[in-house]
Amino acid sequence: MRIKKIFLGLAAGTLAALPAALWAAAPAGALQPANNDVSNQASLQRGARNFVNYCLGCHSARYVRYNRIAADLGLTEAQVEENLMFTGERVHDTMEIAMNREDAARWFGTVPPDLSLIARSRGTDYLYSFLKSFYLDPSRPTGVNNVVMPMTAMPHVLWDLQGYQQAVYEGETDASGNVEKRFKTLELAQPGTMSPQEFDQFVRDTVNFLDYIGEPMQLERRSLGLRVLAFLLVFFLFAYFLKKEYWKDVK
Amino acid sequence: MSAAQSSNVSAAESRKGSLTAWIDARFPMTRMFKEHASEYYAPKNFNFWYYFGSLALVVLVIQIVTGIFLTMNYKPSAEDAFASVEYIMRDVDWGWLIRYMHSTGASAFFIVVYLHMFRGLMYGSYKNPRELIWIFGMLIYLCLMAEAFFGYLLPWGNMSYWGAQVIVSLFGAIPFGIGEVLVDWIRGDYYISDITLNRFFALHVIALPLALVFLVIAHILALHEVGSNNPDGVEIKKLKGPDGRPVDGIPFHPYYTVKDLVGFIVFAALFASVVFFAPEMGGYFLEHANFDPADPLLTPEHIAPVWYFTPYYAILRAVPNKLLGVVLMGAAVLIFFFLPWLDRAKVKSIRYRGWIFKTFLFAFATSFIALGYLGLQPATEGYTLAARVFTVVYFAFFLLMPWYSKIDKTKPVPDRVTYHAH
Repeated sequence: MRIKKIFLGLAAGTLAALPAALWAAAPAGALQPANNDVSNQASLQRGARNFVNYCLGCHSARYVRYNRIAADLGLTEAQVEENLMFTGERVHDTMEIAMNREDAARWFGTVPPDLSLIARSRGTDYLYSFLKSFYLDPSRPTGVNNVVMPMTAMPHVLWDLQGYQQAVYEGETDASGNVEKRFKTLELAQPGTMSPQEFDQFVRDTVNFLDYIGEPMQLERRSLGLRVLAFLLVFFLFAYFLKKEYWKDVK
Repeated sequence: MSAAQSSNVSAAESRKGSLTAWIDARFPMTRMFKEHASEYYAPKNFNFWYYFGSLALVVLVIQIVTGIFLTMNYKPSAEDAFASVEYIMRDVDWGWLIRYMHSTGASAFFIVVYLHMFRGLMYGSYKNPRELIWIFGMLIYLCLMAEAFFGYLLPWGNMSYWGAQVIVSLFGAIPFGIGEVLVDWIRGDYYISDITLNRFFALHVIALPLALVFLVIAHILALHEVGSNNPDGVEIKKLKGPDGRPVDGIPFHPYYTVKDLVGFIVFAALFASVVFFAPEMGGYFLEHANFDPADPLLTPEHIAPVWYFTPYYAILRAVPNKLLGVVLMGAAVLIFFFLPWLDRAKVKSIRYRGWIFKTFLFAFATSFIALGYLGLQPATEGYTLAARVFTVVYFAFFLLMPWYSKIDKTKPVPDRVTYHAH
């Protein structure tokens, strides 16, 4: 009887330790959902335009070919050459940049990362939130800081579109005059050429394009996957009844 | 039917017969087919858990075939490896499919093998006379872990790099100056470098697949020598009919080939669902940090091995002393080898065992899964405590087995297997 109690205790202990093990860590900084849709071709085309105009100066996308973009985004190669290619590349080239890595490291303190796979390594929500979270900070060399990635070396490239945001803090001054500041929210200090709604859509399109270049075959693979599963379903029916037929004689 | 036609048919038959005869005179083709398929008698009461052996073989074939095609475009050098994987993903025809099949296959291999091993634990498939089958199986498992580890470095992503760095450095825990020398010897350099990548490539593509294939052959030969176990743990060879065949046995071919075909299709559908709809599997099959190229100066925020190693990683971290942690982690894998001799029960199958074994097996399976989860989490105080509890349970299953398997009350085992015709 005593042994049985020990075992029941062991089993109960195992079960009791489970919830402790299943506590999920709290998310690191709430991100805003990007809600982008890679099957939206118009959005991808706008995103490609945004990317070429605002990102491709400093960031390369060295695994992405211009003619692949043309084929996947429903554009002709001529349209791509006319609207997306400005520095003498050829249509089968990848999206390289002219900026020298050593120069970039000297100017920014770090080399701007290649963006081919950035959506896969960071996630679309991160990129969407990051691009929307620059705020004025005179202590930074670029004059701005970022809530999502504090101390980022990246300047606020989209300032003319979004305008400048400033951080709103809450906190109290203690007896010795030290202020304990807690970040509360961002508010628009100086409006840009776009309304906040227009700017959100601009960022969403750009992130959508980054999502697409991270895995250009993602639309293709889903439609192929449905056909593979349909085939397997038919195959299953044949195999299942074949098995039934054979196993009839197993008594 | 005219006379001419019928003579044609019989001529064709005799030609076919003569080719078979010609080969059989020179190679035991028909004999081997009979021995291992059409006249290999398997118990008729195999259940769900018996699909995973043939599925493991299927995954091995998937990995070898997709691996061959990946090798045609992959470049094993620190300079080109990452870019060549992206080249496969973007520019090689169907390259993305082959790569996703290979990366999904790695995880699928472990899922299938873990279920296959759990089947062995439940039905006592490691017990006399199947100790060697179990040992070959464990050697396959060891090779599989090495194969997965070496393969994981090849995409040369940042998690590949730092994962390899962490695991190789574990050997550095060996004292008396041996550890550090050993680590340099494994890497072939003072850090994970192009040289390391090249040798891991060689091991991943040639050495371990060869060992795996030979061990799988040995595993199956040993199985066919003694015959398959079954959910009742009854030796079907003990009861033979007048024809000399086990009365509860059925020829593997066609009965289990058609049955395993059904299992294969279900597996293929699940496999395809991952490959086509969730190839990253939420970051568990392909980790997000591995889409950044390897960077010796930039450590990822949170280094965790791929999910199939995390139970052992959790055990390693649960121990405060590094050397002891490494020893315990190694012991957690190697202790499986001794299972046939730790188990002192007279019955094989869980169906006829008492509640003590059932409790321990349940606690063991729970702790394996829980440790797998904990190995993926950051090592906070609460998590580490939980990992310690589960580590104790994990080892208790093995170390206390000689005692509890002996005192456990068992039920009488029937002479025949339980089978209800459908």
